[in-house]
Amino acid sequence: MDLDLLSRQLIDRFQHGMPLCAEPYLEMARVLSCSEAQVLACLQRLELAGALSRVGPVFEHSRAGASTLAALAVPAERLHQVAERVSQYPEVNHNYGREHHYNLWFVLTGPDRRHIERVLEELERDTGLAPLDLPMLTAYRIDLGFALGENP
Amino acid sequence: MSVCISRSESSLAQRLVVLTQAGLPLVEDPWAWLAGELELSVESTLDLLKRLQAEGAIRRIAAVPNHYRLGYCHNGMTVWDVRDTDMPRLGALLGAQPFVSHCYRRPRRPGWRYNLFAMVHGRSREEIDSYREHLRYLLGDACAADDMLVSSRILKKTGLRLSPAAR
Repeated sequence: MDLDLLSRQLIDRFQHGMPLCAEPYLEMARVLSCSEAQVLACLQRLELAGALSRVGPVFEHSRAGASTLAALAVPAERLHQVAERVSQYPEVNHNYGREHHYNLWFVLTGPDRRHIERVLEELERDTGLAPLDLPMLTAYRIDLGFALGENP
Repeated sequence: MSVCISRSESSLAQRLVVLTQAGLPLVEDPWAWLAGELELSVESTLDLLKRLQAEGAIRRIAAVPNHYRLGYCHNGMTVWDVRDTDMPRLGALLGAQPFVSHCYRRPRRPGWRYNLFAMVHGRSREEIDSYREHLRYLLGDACAADDMLVSSRILKKTGLRLSPAAR
């Protein structure tokens, strides 16, 4: 999707945080030197185009339990089948194919560390593949969005 | 959600999660809508949001774009082997780059030597290659080995969802 200037400014300025006050779009309009109606219309257009995931709070779910980044080295001919098996777990919320010896990468989230280990053990038993288990040790940046950069 | 907030506030917070996790309605005063749903004043609702954010249960309150639909459909998981003693400085350095969305320290494993992960996003393969080069330049000799794992396809991506019944 090609972005007009207002959309680009809106995202770059407010993807990290928006005003926490009554009538926040009025305040955003003041910052962007446009009208509240233009801000709302812009957000609606972005949402319709699927370019806006949502407006609102982003919750820190990892604090609620344990999570890890896991990977499997899957023979190419089994990738589809193993990926489906992995995605079936409600504990898996991201599952990516990646170009590497370890070609299947997924995030596991559960109530506690023991739960995560049980899922990994089950996967290893079912697939015969030993998962890499790479829990986060320190966060230096946690999904706060990224700059859209120059040259649309 | 935390020891810092009372039990009644915790159940309020659960309702807030269920009401807002898919996004606020695009109306002139979304906080007034939320206050109505929670049966609180707007002021109390804003206070609750501020407290949840201050104690870390809310990461940010924002207009969250779908970067894929904006054309940022290339992502690379850059992975780096750096000395453990250099980690605090180098992790902070990579995490501060504007094109990095996530940056984490993770453990090494047998057959896996990389201990620093930084996710980069771009509109083309060339763009993410150039970001990797820039990170490599920043790390210089402090990095013994590196790689970039490019995503070939997304097989599943759902934000965590609490169902109303999960209360």
